[in-house]
Amino acid sequence: MKSMRPERLVRLAIKNLGQYKLRAGLTMLGIIFGVCSVVAMLSVGEGANREIQEKIQRMGSQNILIKSVKVPKEGDAPDSKRSMIAAYGLTYEDAQQFSQYVPNLEASTPMKVLRYDVQYKARKLQTDVIATTPWFLRVQHYRMVRGRFLTSSDMEYGTPVCVIGSRLARILFAGVDPVGKTLNIDRDAYTVVGVIGDIAQGELPTQGELWLAGENQNVYIPLRTYLNKRGDLFVQLSEGGGVFEKIELHELILSIDKQENVTRAVDAARRILRKNHKVEDYSIVVPLELIRQARETRRLFNIVLGSIAAISLIVGGIGIMNIMLATVSERTREIGIRRALGARRSDIVFQFLMETLLLSTSGGVIGLIFGALIPMAITAATGVKTVLTFPAFAIAFSVSVTVSVIFGIYPARRAALMDPIEALRHE
Amino acid sequence: MSVPIVELRSAVKEYVNGSLRVAALRGIDLRIDPGEYAVVMGASGSGKSTLLNLLGCLDHLSSGDYLLGGENISQFSDNQLSEIRSRRIGFIFQSYNLIPQLNVLENIEVPLFYQGIPEAHARTKAIALAERMGLADRLKHKPMELSGGQQQRVAIARSLVCDPLLMLADEPTGNLDTKTGNEILELIDELHAEGKTIVMVTHDDDIAGRAQRVVCFRDGQIISNDWNGAPKP
Repeated sequence: MKSMRPERLVRLAIKNLGQYKLRAGLTMLGIIFGVCSVVAMLSVGEGANREIQEKIQRMGSQNILIKSVKVPKEGDAPDSKRSMIAAYGLTYEDAQQFSQYVPNLEASTPMKVLRYDVQYKARKLQTDVIATTPWFLRVQHYRMVRGRFLTSSDMEYGTPVCVIGSRLARILFAGVDPVGKTLNIDRDAYTVVGVIGDIAQGELPTQGELWLAGENQNVYIPLRTYLNKRGDLFVQLSEGGGVFEKIELHELILSIDKQENVTRAVDAARRILRKNHKVEDYSIVVPLELIRQARETRRLFNIVLGSIAAISLIVGGIGIMNIMLATVSERTREIGIRRALGARRSDIVFQFLMETLLLSTSGGVIGLIFGALIPMAITAATGVKTVLTFPAFAIAFSVSVTVSVIFGIYPARRAALMDPIEALRHE
Repeated sequence: MSVPIVELRSAVKEYVNGSLRVAALRGIDLRIDPGEYAVVMGASGSGKSTLLNLLGCLDHLSSGDYLLGGENISQFSDNQLSEIRSRRIGFIFQSYNLIPQLNVLENIEVPLFYQGIPEAHARTKAIALAERMGLADRLKHKPMELSGGQQQRVAIARSLVCDPLLMLADEPTGNLDTKTGNEILELIDELHAEGKTIVMVTHDDDIAGRAQRVVCFRDGQIISNDWNGAPKP
């Protein structure tokens, strides 16, 4: 037995759908909206997800970030300028104990983060100066753009050198090669030896809140040099007085050898800090935990998204079934005629399924186009990052087609199982 | 003696209506030879439509045998019957039964479509038949754009497209005025003259006069089986 060739079926389906252009269009709309919303939602979701992942990844999944936090003391009136020096935060003692007692510790990177005016010739701006160690670069996965980073000899001898962020290089040195030039940091002269990469770097996160993407405009100097020049007391004069702060270390990055050891290391670090500090004048950020949280959030997001997508696609499918049932009952006589003229039941099934398939695939394609355009428009209008991924397209399209075919089977079978004699008599 | 086109042996057709069994055909024996033009007459409900549906392989017998061209098709499956309909039977209906969204040529091609005959071949055949039916200038028209007589010509062309063994006509002039109806009947006479085997259901005695043979039905039984002027073979 011969069966009809697919291209003939397709042409027949186009002709048949052509009879009901408005109806076919409206039915397709259901699929278009379904596919389009799925693709758009997945793109926005994926964009947000990538952004979060990137930020967290940049902090280093094997790192533990510990930061000094200023805690207002009880009974210490905010306007009391009598308490001369505020001493808080991480201490060298903490750092030393971490190195000794935190298991699987690979590197401990101490940092002092201070805000100073930096000046090159007539240009001047206030920025973060980070006094740290040579391995900071490796721990934070930064890249050098020019020159070198701080070295161990800088550390040992306290040489007055600095490495600057690429954004700062652009602002202060505007066109001039900064390497070899002298940069004044709060009146101390430092020689620029390198430029660090254009990586998003702002404030480090506290309590899981994420910092904004931006270019690097920090200045990095050897910790030893800074200590030699300024010590641990930070003085900043402002109107009506000044701020005197004694903080030994502003931040400390503990790098653990493997991800699976991070949790244990965090516990150890927490114990040490709890023992050494009466008040909690520190915060611990574990990027790995943030990643886990982000994954959990994403999983939840996916479930919600999946349900919405499933509902919208099922609604589209029901729309198709509805229309096909109406079409089948309207075309009962045609079915009778075709059966009388030799159509097998399967021919009738395929005829109607092909119409369904045509509706859903063309609706699906149009939906994909809009689904791709909408995220682009969102990005253009709001700057929110969106990512179009192939799986999103594939899932939306194939699910919509599958759903509609499943919903198309019932009407098609109903058409095929009609008694031809009854169908011919149908008015 | 040639193989009969139609041979019914004690053919019974019963419908089950709830707990009630209604017999539409009560043990019919009927034989139609090649080239015969038989008219089936009878009041409505006499079983003549049932006969036509059975002859057209749209229905199964409840008991008895149906031999079409010597082949017993009583036990054929739905698919096999579909195949027979597309290859061996030509239907002409009272209400033409053309497919509205298809044009004249496409309507004529439908049976070939289900035989899987290549399109170019089908097209040639359809054009030839349409021209023969005097529809040469209407090939791309939709049924709605044609007169009743023209539509019935399309239907006849469609019934001829598969070179059927048996042509079945169900009151083909019932929806037409006398003049147009006569034209259609002349066309059928012509086909008969060419040697087609035709079975036609009608109420009209005048039409019956054209046929070579008249089979009358009442209550599911044949009450007369006359050869107009010709001796019973």
